[in-house]
Amino acid sequence: MQAEAVPLSQKPPPPVAAAKRRPPQQDPAWVRWTLTGIVLLVVGLLIVVPIVNVFVEALADGIGVYWRNLFGDPDTRQSIVLTLTVVPIALVANVLFGITAAWTISRFQFPGRTLLTALIDLPFSVSPVVAGLMFVLIFGLQGYFGAFLRNDGYAVMPYVISFLGVFCWVIGFFLFRPSNPQARRGFWKNPGLVSIGGGAVLFGLLFFVQKYFGIWPEHKSLKIIFATPGLVLATSFVTFPFVARELIPVMDAIGPEEELAALSLGANGWQMFWHVTVPNVKWGLAYGIILCNARAMGEFGAVYVVSGHIAGQTDTMPLRIEKLFQEYNLPGSFAVASLLTLVAIVTLIVKTRLERKIPSLTIAGESTAAERSNEHPDQKRFQELRQLRSS
Amino acid sequence: MSILIKNVSKSFGNFVALKDVSLEVKSGSLLALLGPSGSGKTTLLRIIAGLEVADQGTILHHEEDITQYSARDRKVGFVFQHYALFRHMTIEENIGYGLRVRGVPKPERHARVHELLKLIRLEGLGPRYPAQLSGGQRQRVALARALAARPSVLLLDEPFGALDAKVRQELRHWLRKLHDEIQVTSVFVTHDQEEAFEVADHVVVMNNGRVEQSGTPAEVFEHPANAFVMDFLGNVNVFHGRVEQGKAVVPGMELAYPDYPHLEGRDADVYVRPHDLEIELHSNGSTGLAARVLHVNPTGSRTKVELQVVDSDVLINAEITAERFAELGLKSGDMVHVSPRRVRVFMPDYSI
Repeated sequence: MQAEAVPLSQKPPPPVAAAKRRPPQQDPAWVRWTLTGIVLLVVGLLIVVPIVNVFVEALADGIGVYWRNLFGDPDTRQSIVLTLTVVPIALVANVLFGITAAWTISRFQFPGRTLLTALIDLPFSVSPVVAGLMFVLIFGLQGYFGAFLRNDGYAVMPYVISFLGVFCWVIGFFLFRPSNPQARRGFWKNPGLVSIGGGAVLFGLLFFVQKYFGIWPEHKSLKIIFATPGLVLATSFVTFPFVARELIPVMDAIGPEEELAALSLGANGWQMFWHVTVPNVKWGLAYGIILCNARAMGEFGAVYVVSGHIAGQTDTMPLRIEKLFQEYNLPGSFAVASLLTLVAIVTLIVKTRLERKIPSLTIAGESTAAERSNEHPDQKRFQELRQLRSS
Repeated sequence: MSILIKNVSKSFGNFVALKDVSLEVKSGSLLALLGPSGSGKTTLLRIIAGLEVADQGTILHHEEDITQYSARDRKVGFVFQHYALFRHMTIEENIGYGLRVRGVPKPERHARVHELLKLIRLEGLGPRYPAQLSGGQRQRVALARALAARPSVLLLDEPFGALDAKVRQELRHWLRKLHDEIQVTSVFVTHDQEEAFEVADHVVVMNNGRVEQSGTPAEVFEHPANAFVMDFLGNVNVFHGRVEQGKAVVPGMELAYPDYPHLEGRDADVYVRPHDLEIELHSNGSTGLAARVLHVNPTGSRTKVELQVVDSDVLINAEITAERFAELGLKSGDMVHVSPRRVRVFMPDYSI
């Protein structure tokens, strides 16, 4: 009874000799220092020294030579331009695919969902060289579509473009159709007629326009392997799990409740996506894009197989580095290498920054520490009281 | 705006969430869907909101069939158990969101948001983010957000489930007062019978995807339709026995039960609420059981007494007033006489 009467304002006694006490699971000092030392040594030898060396070698003959090595050689210049063309296309493709895949996997329940999740990861486990070979086997001269592509490859383009047009038409129709059955009048009332009939008319129209104006060359070979399309395909394939894999856990953690709330407040699917989903996943998305970009720029194996090494035409930066190295042009090779290393360092910095920004993956409604201390002012007092009693 | 739910069924794979549920929510009333978890109450609420689609049945909203309508066209406000506030928007933006997507011009929106901030007594917190608010404040914001576009129906899914006891108590009173002020037809889901009885005009008890009973709180509490409702609405003592010839017979006790005059006996359970049990020191001729006091727990105005029936392992919980407790001077080990003042008899269905 006496203990309960102690006024709350009285502070608990200071902990005795806290400095001398060791947490029970703390390892002895020599273990800590040895392990830390080993790690530092390995990281220094295997990572820091080589990276510094890249810059040292690249700048060995002065900044002027460095500059000339990078931009004086037309083939090197072309390789930089090519990388800057291929990578953004692959990135856009992967972002579109990644968002679609993450949405499908985290929001829908369907048979084969686990299998799909596993398949998305496939490019991580397939050797890039094999990935490149796959494309060569499909689109190469001796591949399944090889003969067709060589003889009249562009013939497929009107079909592709018309199909894309119809696809956008149908998606757009259902996206902008009023959801309230009462508001659907005339045009909006017959989804079957509009999407099938309208789609057919649109397909014919687009097809005719492309044929009539001769947009696509006839009887010419469409090069995919040993050309830019092949590079884009190979790069996209190797990097395509990045965005989806970053997004799926973020979307799982955030859950569908906010999206449902938006819908119940009157948002349509489009508004829900841009107002709620995108802001919630933006840091995860940025993280995925950064990793995807780093991998796409540095991709070697798959690109090596499909590029054919045509100097000034299909050499990307990593391929150019290898070629310069083989030609004993070490300063040139290191100069290009330094650019890629720089990309890597920037990626690392941005990545660390982003990791802090990705929403602390607390599930919606789970109270944070700050909230708890806000919510129960007496909880603290209760704990104080308990401490007093036990001491 | 009344809601009429007709023969709604819903299953998820093999799990049947709702079996042929019919229900009416009267215009301007506050209805509670009460039931244990897995009883289908949240599913029903989500079907009313349009967040889930019923396999069968129709939903009428003021005589308009809204079964095929999507969530955004139903003019309902939905409050989620875990608030589901938009974490990257400020409180003002959260509340104004329903108006924003409906294209309400900015000045009008602004005025409405401030009106609601005043209503939920969070003026001045408009520019904050949800993470900076306490649970109770967040739940009020969620409510304001649902009310912003003046819905004709307000649906609340376990609105106080994630809050601690004290805040929950406050918000309950506040919700009741708010409902009396704005008179919007409301349905809320809860598994807490106390909450349902305190807040709602009308209580619907659900179990296993069916409606067990529907009525005013007093009706449901005083006249539970079946054993489940009786059991779910608070502590109860169950005695297994039989009914025959106008009597209910349980071991050691015989009670009058005129509702069953038939000769042929049937298994039956006798339910007695703890506060309907009388404890006396000596048997004075009334029907009852001899019991031993196991444990006494004085909690404020009522005292809980745990008893064991003599010569059996049947345990009884009784609740007596503090005055009566003082009068009897009970302590553990005392022998007493327990008699029920009021009992309810339920016969298990033959179909089982």
